[in-house]
Order: sequence, then C-alpha cells, then structure tokens
Amino acid sequence: MAIQASHGVPVPGTGRIRLLLDNRNLLGFLFMLPAAIILLVFLTYPLGLGVWLGFTDTKIGRPGVFVGLENYLSLLDDDVYRLAVFNTIFYTVIASIAKFALGLWLALILNNRMPFKALIRAIVLLPFIVPTVLSAIAWWWIYDAQFSIVSWSLMKLGLITEYIDFLGRPWAARISVIVANVWRGIPFVAITLLAGLQTIPPSMYEAATLDGATGWQRLRYITLPMLSPIIAVVMTFSVLFTFTDFQLIYTLTRGGPINATHLMATLSFQRAITGGRLGEGAAIAVAMIPFLLAAILFSYFGLQRRRWQHGGRD
Amino acid sequence: MAKVEVRGVRKSFGELEVVHGIDVSIGDGEFVVLVGPSGCGKSTLLRMIAGLESISGGDISIGGRVVNNVPPRDRDIAMVFQNYALYPHMTVLDNMAFSLKLRRADKAVIEQRVKQAADILGLNDYLQRYPRQLSGGQRQRVAMGRAIVRDPQVFLFDEPLSNLDAKLRVQMRTEIKALHQRLKTTSIYVTHDQVEAMTMADRIVVMRDGIVEQVGSPLDLYDAPANLFVAGFIGSPAMNFIPGRLRRSGAASAVETADGTRIELGNGVAAQDGDEIVFGIRPEHFVRAAGGLNGRIDVIEPTGADTILYATVAGTQICAVFDERVGFRPGDAITLAPRQGAVHVFDPANGRHL
Repeated sequence: MAIQASHGVPVPGTGRIRLLLDNRNLLGFLFMLPAAIILLVFLTYPLGLGVWLGFTDTKIGRPGVFVGLENYLSLLDDDVYRLAVFNTIFYTVIASIAKFALGLWLALILNNRMPFKALIRAIVLLPFIVPTVLSAIAWWWIYDAQFSIVSWSLMKLGLITEYIDFLGRPWAARISVIVANVWRGIPFVAITLLAGLQTIPPSMYEAATLDGATGWQRLRYITLPMLSPIIAVVMTFSVLFTFTDFQLIYTLTRGGPINATHLMATLSFQRAITGGRLGEGAAIAVAMIPFLLAAILFSYFGLQRRRWQHGGRD
Repeated sequence: MAKVEVRGVRKSFGELEVVHGIDVSIGDGEFVVLVGPSGCGKSTLLRMIAGLESISGGDISIGGRVVNNVPPRDRDIAMVFQNYALYPHMTVLDNMAFSLKLRRADKAVIEQRVKQAADILGLNDYLQRYPRQLSGGQRQRVAMGRAIVRDPQVFLFDEPLSNLDAKLRVQMRTEIKALHQRLKTTSIYVTHDQVEAMTMADRIVVMRDGIVEQVGSPLDLYDAPANLFVAGFIGSPAMNFIPGRLRRSGAASAVETADGTRIELGNGVAAQDGDEIVFGIRPEHFVRAAGGLNGRIDVIEPTGADTILYATVAGTQICAVFDERVGFRPGDAITLAPRQGAVHVFDPANGRHL
C-alpha cells in the first residue's frame, strides 16, 4: 500500500498482476526461481535419488523395495569395499600432500623473475587443461608392461635388468596411479598458490631479510602464514577432487590389479552400472559423504578469517 | 653506531645508469636526509646501503667495513619502510621481537628490549594487537619500534611519513627527531619533502638525476645554495627567480631587470658588466620600500601567521611573504625591495651561484 501511495495517483486499469508485481517478496521469489529450479533438478533430485537408492535393493531393470540399512551392513563385511576405503584414503592423503609440496615449490619457482614468464606459466597449466581420459591414456602407455618408455629408458641406462610391471602389482599400481594424479593436480595447486604469492608485498620479504631471516625462515615465517587462507581453499578443493576421482583410475586400471586401486567412486560405478546392483552402488557413493563432509568442515574452520585478517575493532 | 661512507657509488639497471657516482660521508650519530624529486636515485642509494640492491660501482662501508658483498642481514642496519612492511599475521609484540627471535636471543632479553622500545614509543597498550587494528601513526611507531629493538649500527628511513596525513606527519617528524636525539644512532632518511629535510636533518644531501647537487646543513643550503636547483628546491614558498643583466661600476655591481629597475648587489659578484644573469630572492626577504621592483598584486593568501602575496614584476610572477597583515587588495600597485644582502645571483647557462 505504501508503494502504491508513493506513486501518488493510482494508475487506472493496471489490474491484479500489476499489483502483485509491486510486492517485494513475490518479485524476489520470481527472480530466485530460475536458479532454484536448476538447483532442484540437477542437484537436489539426483542427490536425493542416490540417498534413497542406497536404502533399496534396486537393480537395473527392476525397481527395488526399501531394505533399510541392509546395503550398509553388508558393506561393513565386504573386504573389497573395505580395501576400497583404504585405497581412497591412501590415494587422497599421499596425492594431496605431494600435490601441495610440489605445487608450492613450483609456485615459488614461477614467482621469480625469469624470461618467458607468461609462456612458462601457460605450459605449467597444460596437464590441467588436457582432458583426464586423454592424459590417462598417455600414462597408460608410459606404464605399459611391454612398451613403457620409462622402463625402456632405465634399461638403456643400465639401471634395471627387466621391464617394470607398473600396473600389474598392487603397490606398484597404487603408486603409479598416485603419480599420474599428482601430475594432473599440480598445476591447479601451483597456479592458485602463485596467485596468492603475488599478493604478498615484496617489502615484507625485504623487511624480513633485514631482520635477519634466511630463505627458509622467510618461507616459514612470512610466506606460509600469509598464504594460509589460500592454502586452505586450494587444499580443500584438491582433497575433494582427489577423494572423488574416477576417470583416471577407470581409464588406467579399472580398479585392478586384484582391486588394489579400486577407489570408492570406481567401486560404486562397478557395482551399480557394470554389476547392475544400483542400490548397493548408491550405498557406496553415499558412504563417501561423511568423508567429504569432514573435509569440508575442516576447510570451513581453516577458512575462517584469521584474527589478523580482521579490521580494527575500536 | 657507526660511520657510513659512500664512495663513487653507481647503480645501473641493465643499460640504464640511474646513480652516477655518489660520494657522501656520514658521521657517527649523524642524522642525514637524502632529498630530491622523485626519480633522483635517493631511494636506490638507500636500498644499496641496506643491501636490497646490488652496487654497480664504488664502495659503501659501514663502521669502516666495506659491505658491498655483505648480505643485508649481516650489515647490522634497520630500515623503516614507506608502507611500514609490518607482518600482518603477527601481533605488535611479535613484530618487534621477530629479529631478536631469529637471532635466538634470550627470552628475558627479548622481553626487556621490546618493553623498552614500547615505553619509548608509547606502544604498551597495543602489544597484543595486530597491525590491522592500528591507526597509521601507531603502525608507523611499530615500524620504528621494530628498528629500535634491534639496536642497530644505522637506521634507514625510506619516506616513512608519506602515508600519513599532514597533521600526523608534522607530529611524527618531531617524534623521530626527538628519538634520534635520545638514541643518537646514525640515521639516513630519504624524503622528497624539503620541509621534512630542513626540519629533521643535521645535514642534507640534495640529489637530482642520480648525482649530488649539494651537501650541507639545512641553514647552509638555505643561505648559500650552490645552484639554481638547490635554491629553488629548498625553502617554501620557493625562491623567486627573475632574469636580468649585470651592471658593474668598479667593485660594486647591480642588476637591471627588463623594465629597467636597478637593484644594488654590493661587492663580490663574479660576472662581467652586461652578462645575462638570473637573480633570486626568497619570498620572506622582501620589504615594502621604495627603490625596489614595481608590480601589481595578483593574489593575496592570508594564512593567519603570514600573508602571501603573488605579484607580477618585470613580466615575472613573484611571491612575497610578510609576517604582518598587509592592507592590500588584488590589483593594487606595490613596490618590493630585497633585504640587504638577500639577493642570490646565478648563471642562467649552468645554474651556478655567482
């Protein structure tokens, strides 16, 4: 009414719709609707369906019935599932640490003055740009039991006497897929940390140098603390991507040998789509949620603005 | 505390030489200000003394030791940066204690030194705060505290007051000077503000385009500028320059302006009769008296303490400052005569004082 009054003279013949569109709440709801629909259809519905399927014994071509926690209880006794959980955690922890260490190192190198800086930075991003399946196939060849370029080179150098079976033995395969994942993940970490490094004013390092800090001490006391907000963001993303990785494993090993590289995502796919047991596969996928939630909570607290980032309180 | 000797120091960035051989000798406990317009090489010189820039030629020695190849951390100097360069993730206490911690100083020593510095600078109430929670002036003090705690041989200041507002700048200026009188540590201070240089320095080094134009005490530079640049740079409002011709009669000489006005100069001017010269008079050295320059008043600026007049004489606009209130209005005619012995004569070709 107040809005109507502010128009001064009421416009004749505008009708009910015009009146409704003048309502702030309704208008706000209308503007929100497209985004809400997209979220509902493409996010909430699949997620809800997945959770629901986890509580049923649905198979491909046969609608299931509600079975409660049966899927989850049977997973607890499932050796392959437990191996997949171990593999996923091992894969995520080792790959994330390696990506952080190497990414930071690369970022520090790229932050120096050097010729062809822009070109080098673009090249660094390449592994990130190439489609995962494409790079996985390249790694597949690198790891091939008979045609591996790595084995061939090491043989020629006289360092080994027989070809390495990269993907044929459990631990060799685990390490091989981690190396491929790290190679793919470094650019994201490096470029993001580089952006963070560039926000640290050079005078900070100069002051520390005059205060008597060595290179290591500058890294420890200046670079890392000032980079910590960005490290929290980039490592959260890195952990989430690694934990849910599917393409690389599926292309390289399909979870083999003897399930040694099965991650929860690949196992879920194998059980649900290849094996047709949608309910069980969905349960495995849903079982990833607590882990992911933990990672997100960790980052939530990590991401909280530190006290030194706050403005003055007086 | 130590002497700082700068001998023939040069600096090139690639092909471009920006500092062309500078010689300055700074005594123990002296407060020396490097002043000049931006791009004159004063900051570069300071950074070479600090060790943040390499030295392309010549020597710098601190306390008798040539430090050309000594890393900054071993030069025993402390620097206050223009943006303060406080560590944002450390409290005031940690900022000040950082250098001592890196040197593995005793905890009790650190505590005592920080407390002492905080007492001097009035920072005791802020030790647990982060830099973001401080005002500009407080940050400035923390930056100085960080330097004081070190008890270094030399303090270096790189335009430390230029981020402060005008009132705070004047206050901090006095504080820094008082601090120096108390600690008596050799200090080198870079600024582009000649008022800062005049008020703080024991000696001023005026630089331009990578060379030293003149070195001397503030009053030396004010009373006896070596050339047109120094004369125009030191003093506020700046010295008036009026072109004219020299007229000699025996030992005595006078200048004649374009409109025929003659001003007596006395003896000892090293120029020939008829030479073209530029003569300079400081705004505060004018008196209203007959026999001076005739002109018309353009603008009057009363500041309360002084009155600043802008007038056009002999085709040149000049500025005059009177400490009494003058009863003129714009457009009035005025006659301005220089005080006895207050006229500087320069060679317009090379700018040298004659």
